[in-house]
Amino acid sequence: MAYQNEKLSEEKVFKDPVHRYIHVRDRVIWDLVNTREFQRLRRIRQLGTTYLVFHGAEHSRFQHSLGVYEIVRRILDDGFSGREEWDEEQRLVALCAALLHDLGHGPFSHAFEKVFNLDHEQFTQQILLEQTEVHEVLRRVSPDFPQKVADVIDKTYPDKLVVSLISSQIDADRMDYLQRDAYYTGVSYGHFDMERILRVMRPTEDQVVIKQSGMHAVEDYIMSRYQMYWQVYFHPVSRSAEVILIKILHRAKHLFETGYAFKQEPMHFISFFAQEFKLKEYIALDEGVLLTYFQLWMEEDDTILADLCDRFVNRRLFQYAEFDPAVQYMKFGELITLFKEVGLDPDYYLVTDSSSDLPYDFYRPGEENERVPIYLQLENGDLRELSRMSDVVEAISGKRRTDHKIYYPEDLLIDGNPLHEKILELLRG
Amino acid sequence: MLQEHAKIVQFISLANEVNGRKKMQKMVYILKKMNFPFAEKYELHMYGPYSEELTLRVEELCEMGFLAERFEDKGSYKQYCYQVTDEGSKFLATAEAPKEQLPKCIERLNEKSSRFLELVSTLLFFDQLDKEDQIAKVRIVKNKLNFTDQEMEQAFAFIEEMQVSSVS
Repeated sequence: MAYQNEKLSEEKVFKDPVHRYIHVRDRVIWDLVNTREFQRLRRIRQLGTTYLVFHGAEHSRFQHSLGVYEIVRRILDDGFSGREEWDEEQRLVALCAALLHDLGHGPFSHAFEKVFNLDHEQFTQQILLEQTEVHEVLRRVSPDFPQKVADVIDKTYPDKLVVSLISSQIDADRMDYLQRDAYYTGVSYGHFDMERILRVMRPTEDQVVIKQSGMHAVEDYIMSRYQMYWQVYFHPVSRSAEVILIKILHRAKHLFETGYAFKQEPMHFISFFAQEFKLKEYIALDEGVLLTYFQLWMEEDDTILADLCDRFVNRRLFQYAEFDPAVQYMKFGELITLFKEVGLDPDYYLVTDSSSDLPYDFYRPGEENERVPIYLQLENGDLRELSRMSDVVEAISGKRRTDHKIYYPEDLLIDGNPLHEKILELLRG
Repeated sequence: MLQEHAKIVQFISLANEVNGRKKMQKMVYILKKMNFPFAEKYELHMYGPYSEELTLRVEELCEMGFLAERFEDKGSYKQYCYQVTDEGSKFLATAEAPKEQLPKCIERLNEKSSRFLELVSTLLFFDQLDKEDQIAKVRIVKNKLNFTDQEMEQAFAFIEEMQVSSVS
């Protein structure tokens, strides 16, 4: 039997707290799960620094990736199979793309990418297309199969329906992370009736659409997403931890570039500091490696690096205050001057950070937004954009919410020093 | 702080006015591909390379009062036009001086239609491929736009012209 059609002699199942069971029958999927690049995802947390706020949020990208695979498998095997709009030939590429869509994420992804100017999506492409175990498994299906999977993840695959399963405003990726993150953080938001949504999903030529009768389940999903963003993903304390993490990496990079003699040489980072790294070096990094360096750097002679690492490891995070850049950008200049006067380097100890989310957006012909909207399929087969039918969704459609904060080490400023008092007064507005 | 915001204000100031969000997205992407230092991350979307970060930055700049957004109903389509406000001009004082080649490149880009810039930016999105594969890829992801061979050639010539003026 051709490798692409090969089934395991017995179905394998992963016990999963969100989907109860994750089912694997395809040999290709099982082989991909067992590659070293996929196993590496066990060592990358799904929510980065969020565990410093919600202590349960220790779950990994490995779990999420399996979850996305399982949702797509259910959509295809239980929902689309046998429907004329669905091409069964696309099943395996869709399942592989679902499983592997986050393969390029690095440790504390967003912070790491920001400092080293990287893009995890490019690493996903590289892992799929270069000499890796994942590539070898995919190539056994056919020589062009790795490229097909890469194209689905890159959204350049000709079959847009397949792309929309993994990347759209209602896709398997979001449906898994909302539920999984809600479960592990322990919050009561993020829950919606996914079973219902899966039952009312219908394939069309270009994208997945939802039967009109499933509109209320989709409303619930959109509202869940909205609440999760503001209650969990943009939590200001978790952002404080991320701010410190970014500053640690910036400081280490700066020290390396200026010839500082590290007590603990940053072997794993040197090629990144020099912007000359290879894929193998990227894959070798995980959160355990970073946290080990942070522990060791707490003993460095450089007081900024040692202090920032201590703050991260021992959770002595920066305080935050509301900040409106429109009216306060002049005040920020004043703060920089004051920080320098009191011997605090503003590059590391005075940080502004913004969060923003657009919960749902609709399509305006010919211009504007580039997000593909969610369509409801009416009984007569016509399609209608969701916000035209739902008052709840219309209320939040196209409305972006943004939040700006300024972060600073309050603990270093509460000592009665008049200049410190002045800084605090400015910061607290 | 706000250095990336300042670069966008500077870009619109140099363009004098940018007509259409799509056009602005593609102009910044092409400049970024020509090594001008814009930080916004791009992905391939419905109309080619698109940056959610840029959308957000522009919305913030409008909220801050540094950019003025004007809505124009063109009948068959609608578009938003952007200009720098007086307050934005004051804010520009915090920006670093632009690269010497930037004003000319912006001028050339602003002369082009958004359809043409969509083609150029999408070709650039696939610039790691050979020319033939680049064209094939664009024909797949932009199949509904039916770009002609002549348009393709014009786009490649334009990319070459931009590369000559780019930041090395």
